[in-house]
Amino acid sequence: MKTLKPHAPKQRTKINWAPLYLLGPALVLMVMFLLGPLLAVLGLSFTDYQLGAKAFNWIGVENFIELYQDKNFWRSLRNTAFYSVVVVPTSVLLGLAVALLIEAQKSFKDFYRTIFFLPVMATLIAMAISWQFILHPTFGFLNLLLKEFGLPTHNWLRTEGLALWVLAAIGIWNQFGFNMVLFLAGLVSIPRHLYDAAAMDGASTAFERFRLVTWPLLGPVTLFVVVITAIRSFQVFDTVAILTKGGPSKSTEVLLYTMYAEGFEFFKSGYASAVTIVFLVIVLALTLIKTRYLEKKVHYV
Amino acid sequence: MSAIVIQKISKSFGATSVLQDISLTIKDGEFVSLLGPSGCGKSTLLRLIAGLDVAERGSIVVGQHDVTRLLPKDRDLAMVFQSYALYPHLSIYDNIAVPLRMRRLNAWQRLPGVRLFSRLQQKIEREIRQDIHEVAATLGIEALLPRKPAQLSGGQRQRVALGRAMVRKPEAFLMDEPLSNLDAKLRVHMRSELSQLHRTLGATFLYVTHDQAEALTMSDRIAVMMEGSILQYDTPDEIYRNPNDLRVAEFVGSPRINMLQGWVREGKLEILETEHTTLSRSYLDLAVDAPHGLGVVVAFRSEQCSLVSAEQAVLKGVVTHLENLGSDTLVHVSIKQAKDHVIVRVAAQAPRVKLGALVGVSVSMLPLVFSEQGPRLTVKAAWQVAAPATLAPALETA
Repeated sequence: MKTLKPHAPKQRTKINWAPLYLLGPALVLMVMFLLGPLLAVLGLSFTDYQLGAKAFNWIGVENFIELYQDKNFWRSLRNTAFYSVVVVPTSVLLGLAVALLIEAQKSFKDFYRTIFFLPVMATLIAMAISWQFILHPTFGFLNLLLKEFGLPTHNWLRTEGLALWVLAAIGIWNQFGFNMVLFLAGLVSIPRHLYDAAAMDGASTAFERFRLVTWPLLGPVTLFVVVITAIRSFQVFDTVAILTKGGPSKSTEVLLYTMYAEGFEFFKSGYASAVTIVFLVIVLALTLIKTRYLEKKVHYV
Repeated sequence: MSAIVIQKISKSFGATSVLQDISLTIKDGEFVSLLGPSGCGKSTLLRLIAGLDVAERGSIVVGQHDVTRLLPKDRDLAMVFQSYALYPHLSIYDNIAVPLRMRRLNAWQRLPGVRLFSRLQQKIEREIRQDIHEVAATLGIEALLPRKPAQLSGGQRQRVALGRAMVRKPEAFLMDEPLSNLDAKLRVHMRSELSQLHRTLGATFLYVTHDQAEALTMSDRIAVMMEGSILQYDTPDEIYRNPNDLRVAEFVGSPRINMLQGWVREGKLEILETEHTTLSRSYLDLAVDAPHGLGVVVAFRSEQCSLVSAEQAVLKGVVTHLENLGSDTLVHVSIKQAKDHVIVRVAAQAPRVKLGALVGVSVSMLPLVFSEQGPRLTVKAAWQVAAPATLAPALETA
């Protein structure tokens, strides 16, 4: 048999370590701060671990079954969905509208861009505290203003059925400036000659130009903006934690707040991990929709 | 198909005046080129005619209608853009359909889904389909209809842009450097195709270009524009042979026209010697009708001169560069009196000259004489620098 392979190369080739050395630092950091914790959370979601406990038991999918039967969890999922359904379209459309208005301006473009972008740059926690003062039932600016005009006042953050709307409004205020900046960048990149062509082809009103050129060419930007806004809406936490703590009677409890409450107030780490997994699956699904399906439909080049 | 009459059009952007009192008449069915260097205002003029910009003064009449204050869509003109300006999200079919849909369907019929229940909309769409296929057949782009612009080559996109312009049978076609984004070979091919298209359609074409070759090959008439005004408006032959301004002579023709500097001395032309050590002057036996002391430029084309032996020639210099074009050779001669090198076109079969050889240049035709400011001057007498007959043998030694 030996004669069959007279020049057989040595099977043990030298491993080239250089790429691994170069990848090393990034790889270590990713494993430590991203993949590791993710796997830990996934593992914990199958246990009954409690924060600070010395031991835990594997309980399989029991946490998920409990979640499924937990009315509170479903309510928090519904609240998150409601919040997103209000915030995503409104902040996207508002961002687009403001971007179009700014782009149509001749002067003060930078001024408008800056003031609409300010909420994005501000620390949301600090802003939430400011909102708390504005919305305060007795000495809040909003109620004082309403009183001045003889309109009914509300306890904005303590009224069931109203508090979530108020949080959504703050979310829109916080997010649309970011969307506006992305839309502005998208608008600038639309070639001017397409508008000339549209004018020659018979599009004479602003709406016709928008429908024929602006809207389709903003497609990639719009997709990006919608997905980013949706993910950020699902992540809403700061305002809830500061302003309502999920109340009144859990009417503003959202997914991340449930996770926080279960994990760090009731110390049910295993259960909180299960909530986190649900949250991650939703965000992952959104990202997949973006990359797999929609991107193919809206990119032209 | 209509004539276009432009009268005293002016346009400025802020403080800079781009067009000054432009008047231009384009006959029905004529192919007219606006030729000029970039920044001369030719594209602005086209945009004013299209209605994409508004003129400050003057009027534009297309056919029987004064369109000066009308929106682009009401002028019934079609435009082809340098960058093609196809809608990237629409198929080729839909791109060509846009001008028809915008005109034949109302806003309600254009809504998506209306075709499901509007019989009228379906009928109009069928007519549109027919028109599109007709145009696509003319241009040979039927196979491309379902594709997106990004999947097409430059030449194909150019055809689609033409199709979109042709499909609604406009009064006239406005073309803004439509060939300049194509590669050299395709550009030459598309020139003849555009000429052919013009003949087939019999439509009025207004064509903007900075390429004098395009203007010369395709146009019935050329309007040469510089610095916001039209210098000359005439047939390609006249523009080439009888430029009325130095700038026209310089811009049209390849290689560039040869220019000698001189002045008028008591009604006669004198060519400058730029070398100050010798005080000799070259007198030419040319009478010009111009005041004494006026600086002039004497211009002649490369095919209007020939190489002669240096001894008898007034114009002589050293061969600095040879451009072999195959059919003929361009010989660059460094001559003191010339603004730049003098370029002589020599037939390929003529005796070869060497780089560095001292040669004379003889001008075989009456040259063009311009005042230094630009306008053409009339020349009265014949041009005699050296008798061409004595020359050919001398060259062999060069």
